[in-house]
Amino acid sequence: MIANTDEARTGYRNVWVVAEVLGGQIQKVTYELLGAARSLANDRACEVWCVVMGHGLDGQIEPLFHGGADVVLAVDEPRFAEFVDEDMASVLVRFVDTHKPEIVLCGATTRGRALIPRVAVAANCGLTADCTGLSIDPENGDLLQTRPAFGGNIMATIRCSNHRPQMATVRPRVMNALPADTGRTGRVIREQLLESEKSTLKKVVEIFQDTENAINLADARFIIAGGRGVKGPEGFQLLKRLAERVNGAVGASRAAVDSGWVPYNHQVGQTGQTVQAMVYVACGISGQIQHLVGMQSCDYIIAIDKDPDTPLMQLADVAIVGDLFEVLPEIVREIPRT
Amino acid sequence: MKMVVCVKQVPGTHDAKIDPETKRIVREGIKAVMNPFDTYAVEEAVKIKEKSGGEVIVMTMGPPRAETVLREAISVGADAGILLSGRAFGGSDTWATSYALAKAIEKIGGVDLVLCGKQAIDGDTAQVGPGIAAQLGWAQATYVMEIPESNNGVITTRRMHEDGWDLCEITLPAVLTVVKDINQPRVPTLKGRLAAQKLDIPVWSPEDIGADEELIGLNGSPTRVVKTNPPPPRGAETLVLNGSPSESAGTLVRELRRRGLL
Ligand SMILES: Cc1cc2nc3c(=O)[nH]c(=O)nc-3n(C[C@H](O)[C@H](O)[C@H](O)COP(=O)(O)OP(=O)(O)OC[C@H]3O[C@@H](n4cnc5c(N)ncnc54)[C@H](O)[C@@H]3O)c2cc1C
Ligand SMILES: Nc1ncnc2c1ncn2[C@@H]1O[C@H](COP(=O)(O)O)[C@@H](O)[C@H]1O
Repeated sequence: MIANTDEARTGYRNVWVVAEVLGGQIQKVTYELLGAARSLANDRACEVWCVVMGHGLDGQIEPLFHGGADVVLAVDEPRFAEFVDEDMASVLVRFVDTHKPEIVLCGATTRGRALIPRVAVAANCGLTADCTGLSIDPENGDLLQTRPAFGGNIMATIRCSNHRPQMATVRPRVMNALPADTGRTGRVIREQLLESEKSTLKKVVEIFQDTENAINLADARFIIAGGRGVKGPEGFQLLKRLAERVNGAVGASRAAVDSGWVPYNHQVGQTGQTVQAMVYVACGISGQIQHLVGMQSCDYIIAIDKDPDTPLMQLADVAIVGDLFEVLPEIVREIPRT
Repeated sequence: MKMVVCVKQVPGTHDAKIDPETKRIVREGIKAVMNPFDTYAVEEAVKIKEKSGGEVIVMTMGPPRAETVLREAISVGADAGILLSGRAFGGSDTWATSYALAKAIEKIGGVDLVLCGKQAIDGDTAQVGPGIAAQLGWAQATYVMEIPESNNGVITTRRMHEDGWDLCEITLPAVLTVVKDINQPRVPTLKGRLAAQKLDIPVWSPEDIGADEELIGLNGSPTRVVKTNPPPPRGAETLVLNGSPSESAGTLVRELRRRGLL
């Protein structure tokens, strides 16, 4: 809503986190957002609320208090076992209208990025995508939202001074969850999906959860990525071995995906995913610009290539000149099984 | 089926290089192209038209030169193009963009399906597609990797998620955003190119679409970019390891341990 006076803005209070729920389980990113929300709430001297929409949420609420929530607004609804973004958005819009949060945070995941824009449009407020930094402007209490643009080549700081709530999606793995404080508790508000909010527009008819190949690149601390230099699906088994050893995920360049060696949901880069892992190991990837824009924000980059002069070898923190088929097994050997 | 594909002109990165000093993309002399994800949206619409008939209208909001992406889409099978252009549209964020595009879709009238790219590679927000759906009050499906069926006012979509996919039946009208996996865009034929050259492309102003001045451009944009910075510099020099595989592996693992990464 438009809130272009101090008076209008003071009508909005508290920092909200919209939980990411998958198969009845609250996902890690939710706790990271609660950590970020806690510190924003301290600056604003307000509460942290967590909105949970899912099904079979028993036992999932208490941990949210341990993670920093003061209030949990829960909708346990069979229809929400599936991702029905239209209905979830309707419920959220109603909550926002009723409770008037000052800030709403949500994970920048496929689900979060589908849901929140709908809410922002309906609630007539600004939304900043894919933030990597959040802070409060001490001058006026506005939320300062920092995000990479142009594939990480510039960082932009964005504010929404004249609208409330201020909404942002935040990348997984960027904020820090708080250590669970099992002594903390809070208030639960149970809510329902109203009949009028049940749209008949979408029916989810089948769900496939790829647990074996769960690749969640956005969530991974370690990404072991391969390119044309990996030469085939067998080569990717080598990468998978290292990924398993460090509890990481397997990524790929477009060349590897287009060759059919790995499915598209592994692709990192401009036409794939943008990732921000702690460690990115690029194996046989030359590092064309379309690949770099998807991974250059990773904290620590390692490249393995026969050719020492590729763009990725130049960009990397560690450049290993050599044959990946010889180097990778040695790395696996150096890291003991846990 | 009457379809609208929203396409955006973005700075291309085909020939971009990294400045060895600053390690940033060199943007000088880079030409503008159709947002790569939008090429898949265009192809999918054309495929649906070929299969079950209908019409494909491509639309962009941008400066007059953005017209080239419309002609590009027409050369691969779109039937018509519309350019939303006018000073008052300038400075639109995703809220204002989705509002303007939605108003234009309403003006076109009778639209069954709107297709967008998953995201634009300049802003990287992925917000405009769902934003249009919300403005129109339509259903949506994002990150669509396959459309197994489309008929009788219902479309089946396979949505990609981090952990797998789901299959949804969606009642039209609806807005979809698509990922690269969905198809392989065709290259234009000579005939297509000629058709694209010849076609008249209407330009619609804010008044033409009946837009509320307060809701477009900078006026209608709740977000403000207050500053831009270069990204935090990457760590010091590259550590180059060119010893034997086992030496390199040993040094790397020690280095990871020293930094607390293992
Ligand atoms: C519009 C557009 C969008 C794109 N989007 C993406 C994207 O999202 N993601 C993406 O990755 N690309 C993307 N690309 C493609 C990109 O430009 C490159 O073509 C691609 O990234 C190259 O993949 P690669 O590095 O695996 O292959 P190559 O460039 O062929 O590199 C292979 C490397 O492996 C090394 N090598 C070979 N054998 C060995 C060995 N035994 N041991 C060690 N090293 C070895 C070689 O020296 C070489 O450096 C896009 C392109 C366009 C035009
Ligand atoms: N100015 C625009 N004109 C037409 N379509 C647009 C425009 N901006 C965004 N889109 C569409 O919305 C999608 C997502 O863009 P974005 O939300 O900016 O990442 C793009 O792939 C386009 O399909």
